[in-house]
Amino acid sequence: MAAAGAALAPIIENRLLLPPNAGRIRCSSSARGALVVRGAALSEESRKNRSSALKAVAVKGEAPNLTTAKSGHEILLFDALREGLEEEMARDPTVCVIGEDVGHYGGSYKVTKGLAEKFGDLRVLDTPICENSFTGMGIGAAMTGLRTVVEGMNMGFLLLAYNQISNNAGMLHYTSGGQFKIPIVIRGPGGVGKQLGAEHSQRLESYFQSVPGLQMVACSTPYNAKGLMKAAIRSDNPVILYEHVLLYNLKERIPDEEYVLCLEEAELVRPGKDVTILTYSRMRHFVLQAAKTLVERGYDPEIIDIRSLKPFDLFTIGNSIKKTHKVLIVEECMRTGGIGASLRAAIVDNFWDFLDGRPECLSSQDVPTPYAATLEDATVVQPAQIVVKVEQMCQGLV
Amino acid sequence: MAASSLASRAVASLSPSISTGASRDDAGSSSVVGFHKRSSAFTGRRVRISSGHGSSAAHGRRSCVVAATAAPVKESPPKIADIELVTREEGLELYEDMILGRCFEDMCAQMYYRSKMFGFVHLYNGQEAVSTGFVKALKKDDYICSTYRDHVHALSKGVPARQVMSELFGKATGCCRGQGGSMHMFSKEHRLLGGFAFIGEGIPVATGAAFNTKYSREVLKDLSVDAVTLAFFGDGTCNNGQFFECLNMAALWKLPIVYVVENNLWAIGMDHFRATSVPEIWKKGEAFGMPGVHVDGMDVLKVREVAKEAIARARRGDGPTLVECETYRYRGHSLADPDELRKPEQKNKYAVRDPIAAFKKYLLENGLASEADLKAIEKKIDEIVEDAVEFADASPLPPRSQLLENVFADPRGFGIGPDGKYRCEDPAFTAGTAEV
Repeated sequence: MAAAGAALAPIIENRLLLPPNAGRIRCSSSARGALVVRGAALSEESRKNRSSALKAVAVKGEAPNLTTAKSGHEILLFDALREGLEEEMARDPTVCVIGEDVGHYGGSYKVTKGLAEKFGDLRVLDTPICENSFTGMGIGAAMTGLRTVVEGMNMGFLLLAYNQISNNAGMLHYTSGGQFKIPIVIRGPGGVGKQLGAEHSQRLESYFQSVPGLQMVACSTPYNAKGLMKAAIRSDNPVILYEHVLLYNLKERIPDEEYVLCLEEAELVRPGKDVTILTYSRMRHFVLQAAKTLVERGYDPEIIDIRSLKPFDLFTIGNSIKKTHKVLIVEECMRTGGIGASLRAAIVDNFWDFLDGRPECLSSQDVPTPYAATLEDATVVQPAQIVVKVEQMCQGLV
Repeated sequence: MAASSLASRAVASLSPSISTGASRDDAGSSSVVGFHKRSSAFTGRRVRISSGHGSSAAHGRRSCVVAATAAPVKESPPKIADIELVTREEGLELYEDMILGRCFEDMCAQMYYRSKMFGFVHLYNGQEAVSTGFVKALKKDDYICSTYRDHVHALSKGVPARQVMSELFGKATGCCRGQGGSMHMFSKEHRLLGGFAFIGEGIPVATGAAFNTKYSREVLKDLSVDAVTLAFFGDGTCNNGQFFECLNMAALWKLPIVYVVENNLWAIGMDHFRATSVPEIWKKGEAFGMPGVHVDGMDVLKVREVAKEAIARARRGDGPTLVECETYRYRGHSLADPDELRKPEQKNKYAVRDPIAAFKKYLLENGLASEADLKAIEKKIDEIVEDAVEFADASPLPPRSQLLENVFADPRGFGIGPDGKYRCEDPAFTAGTAEV
């Protein structure tokens, strides 16, 4: 899949990338083998209700979608993040960046490239190597009026900042009785890379998801990366924005006009009716790859990039499950205690009556990510596994 | 030693004849008498620090005798009229603040044993000179950041006693709506940034507030912002990584902050000397290029002198200062601590250096106040504290509906429910019965 050499990912094909309310993809509906069909099919009326209900939600970002974009420009994901950050910094002088090598070096993944030259060394602050303290410093600055963006050079390094992220970012608004808000964004690359070794291949969303008071979002495309970055900065809540080491060079055409996405919403990537696949971050692209095979074989998966890891968008997820009655979660977290574990529980709690079978989950192995390529590949979910699992589910074999 | 003026100094030696050792040995003498009018210690003479001699009781701290190396300045012996360290008004204000701190904490102990307050309660008795000396030298816009031993810092900064007592009783009228408790006092109005249970975790927060001042001035170009931040913490914290990391950053960027160490020699049951390879905490300032100052924390006027100097230094943009206040807590670490490890000799040594008794003596001896004045203040404070208890007693407990209100500043953070509406729009949410 990936090109040799640098960690590249496939270029997204626009036709698979559809925002909500877009038309449905036509796919071949030839015989798929025995399907266990239960529950009412999605009628035209309920489909209409669904799309109008989407508008009933309190405040959602009215983001221009690609089908209506006037022109747009092609951009790589890291640059989309940078664009979003730069726009917010230009718009609001209290937005500042704190992290290691974010300034003169331009960021170890170039997300802050050029920003120090444009905004100065104090707004794009190069810190010494002390994650707990500079994260806490970002929190103190946020409490007193700034909007800080703290970068973990690798998400894993933020384990050192767990004290501050849990006690102060997550809980301080509550323990102060609502007196201090902490409009901080904590971001950085995580996930399993290409033979980076165990410590650089961590999935911190597992660890932070329990902390009350935090919001967590994961970006997966240049489009949602920029929109989520802007939304996270504008939010008054502490938001953790998870980026992925291997997605920074994804290329996509994004709108020229300004847009901000909704932090709490999931993204319908591909409408379908046979099975709901919930995924996020890099696994989205593995799912899309598997979907090509599945579509060829006559299946019609509905793919949702959940984007909001905490809280879950139960509306988008629920509507899908009510339609397909089968759900597969594909995640990069480890089996134990990951986002998939929480999502399964939420689905069982909320949509039990609509399920034909148990919610399935494909996760990484509970193994420190090995260095060797063959072993590393074996720890994460691969597209072939996704294909097998969906076929089994649609054929009623699980 | 660096040639710059950032070399460590020990300010407590206000005259060559007074050393920190002497004030420990002369258990009975008041260490406030014998002040000289003198120039700022920060621009003053070089001092040499010798160690090793001087008495040390079984648990006494290692002597840190400070002596001047330059020829002593020939000054005439101080006359009472020369001593102008406080005006009468200032003196009464300081006295009232210390009495408030002491009285309030004593009342906390009573209330705790009457099951009106719960959990971990850490009292400040004996350390009043540090809070009063420092916080009363601040302006209203300045920030302070504390630890779990934060009641008196809150009171000194201006948080009403009613609000602090209510918070301790867990009532809805508490400064944090009853959600924080003893260890989490916050006040946006009075710029109290907490109240932290984990030692060390407040120091970066304070450093961030100081960063904000610098940012406001240099990036936002708002020169009306000149807030200084004080970070209070103890001796145990000075072995923690966040302490060192923040000293480094504050010195690097010349942040307007003062790091105030309340060295009361004990971290629960851990003797400072058993925990620390180099017990002189003030020395550690030099490692980061900031002045490290040691002061007698049982003497409110000495603390105040150092405080004014350090705060002024921060405010004019010269950077941070590390101030180690030698102090002592008369009670255990918390109300649950049986306090069996501290020897009676040590406790007695510090009991006779009670900062309130010493300052009272100073005020009376220097004609700044009469017995009647001080009695009036004590009575006033008694009434304030009684009133605080009555208010807290009469206040309502937080209702169930309060449970979910402050989890997020933006309650959309609870997400979108299955029905497409934001969870926070659910009426069960405001009733506090929604499941999240």
